[in-house]
Amino acid sequence: MIEVKELKKGFGGDELVLKGISTTFEKGKTNLIIGQSGSGKTVFLKCLLGLFRPTEGKILYDGQAYSELSSENQRTLREQMGMVFQGSALFDSMSVEENIMFPLKMFTKQRKAERRERANEVIKRVNLINANNKLPSEISGGMQKRVAIARAIVNNPKYLFCDEPNSGLDPRTATLIDNLIQEITHEYEITTIINTHDMNSVMEIGEKIVFLQKGHLAWEGSKDTIFRADNDDVTNFVYSSDLFKKVREAVIKDSN
Amino acid sequence: MGYLREIGLYIMMLKGVFIKPTKTSVLRNLILKEIDDLIIGSLGIVCFISFFVGGVVAIQTALNMDNPILPKSLIGFASRQSIILEFAPTFISIIMAGKVGSFITSSIGTMRVTEQIDALEVMGINSLNYLVFPKIVAMLFYPFVIAIAMFLGILGGYTAAVMGGFATGDQFIQGLQEDFVPFQLVYAFIKTFVFALLLATIPSYFGYYMKGGALEVGKASTTSFVWTSVFIILSNYLITQLLLS
Repeated sequence: MIEVKELKKGFGGDELVLKGISTTFEKGKTNLIIGQSGSGKTVFLKCLLGLFRPTEGKILYDGQAYSELSSENQRTLREQMGMVFQGSALFDSMSVEENIMFPLKMFTKQRKAERRERANEVIKRVNLINANNKLPSEISGGMQKRVAIARAIVNNPKYLFCDEPNSGLDPRTATLIDNLIQEITHEYEITTIINTHDMNSVMEIGEKIVFLQKGHLAWEGSKDTIFRADNDDVTNFVYSSDLFKKVREAVIKDSN
Repeated sequence: MGYLREIGLYIMMLKGVFIKPTKTSVLRNLILKEIDDLIIGSLGIVCFISFFVGGVVAIQTALNMDNPILPKSLIGFASRQSIILEFAPTFISIIMAGKVGSFITSSIGTMRVTEQIDALEVMGINSLNYLVFPKIVAMLFYPFVIAIAMFLGILGGYTAAVMGGFATGDQFIQGLQEDFVPFQLVYAFIKTFVFALLLATIPSYFGYYMKGGALEVGKASTTSFVWTSVFIILSNYLITQLLLS
């Protein structure tokens, strides 16, 4: 579980990007951060990842504040984090298998055979077929995302962070990736936090949703409550797509 | 202020390179890979250029010796001095700023724009140590490249002088041995060592701190070449003033 308490983040100027966010991301659930471009989603995610130091406030990882840990313990905590980047961020000089084995090589004392065995377990889990020896440039975008997920979970992380995990993918592959992340979250009891502005993802896997607006937490809830949100910004965001506008009209028509 | 900020950031980067070291076994493999990419991979072009420029230096010296009183051994002497003192350490380093420098900037810059550096940081890896430290260690082998350049430059000079009929082999070798000051070799290798550090760190700086996309990677490579060359020339002047005057 990750608890965020009165988180503020600025970059030296008068204006704060994050203006006092408090929320909780629960274990074993897919937690989504949504909001329009410029709402502070990426800065929030980078604070959660420890890449940005908060200006004020605390982030507690199962009760431990990152900023209060010794550098050794910060390193241990980091080893418990997995990250799926928007562009996958695979190491292009390494094969798929080497990419997945990389965290094990860096942080465990496992022998190569053991690392390979574990890598192949997760490769099987994310349904990557016949790609072990290929370079990232030789596989499709969807497969790259699977490799990124495999690399993120190979070291059994407690926290999984995903930045726009299905951007640039076709709708079917995007849904498959969303579902894969959700299955993995439930299976391994991970605290998963996904940064997205894709409403399809929200409807597929939004077990907890945090909506940011201009650096504030404007609303939080789940995919079941988002359509009844009593917040104009959320409503505008949700119904900005034609598809959801039509769904809403149909629902209103049916209820009449 | 902008330049001061950049210099400060460069010094901070150097500090970051030596803290939180990467696992030794991983680092060893990275160093070997960098030696292959930066040192072994540059030998071909260095050998080619050294041999032919050495030849040109000998021919130019011979063609500019109008006075019959001047001994032919001067061709060997002048070739040795210009190759050991300037051509091999400085001229080759400028070429390496183009070859190795742009390779370092573009490879690190591409990792920056494709979030690979962020991926390392998220994993808790000190990306500066992981990416830059192996390059610095690999470049410690750079004096060997310069030693080869010196040898081949002189060999090129000898070949051109003898084959072109400007001097006999004995005259050229006599010139090579005349008034030899061993400290000049020490001076050449001291500055080679400084250039090696500049060649590893300045391009790394421009790659690591670049922002933008593919176009900016290209721009960063060019900027890195310019600044690496500037600092090589400036440090060359400074070291020469300090050690030889």
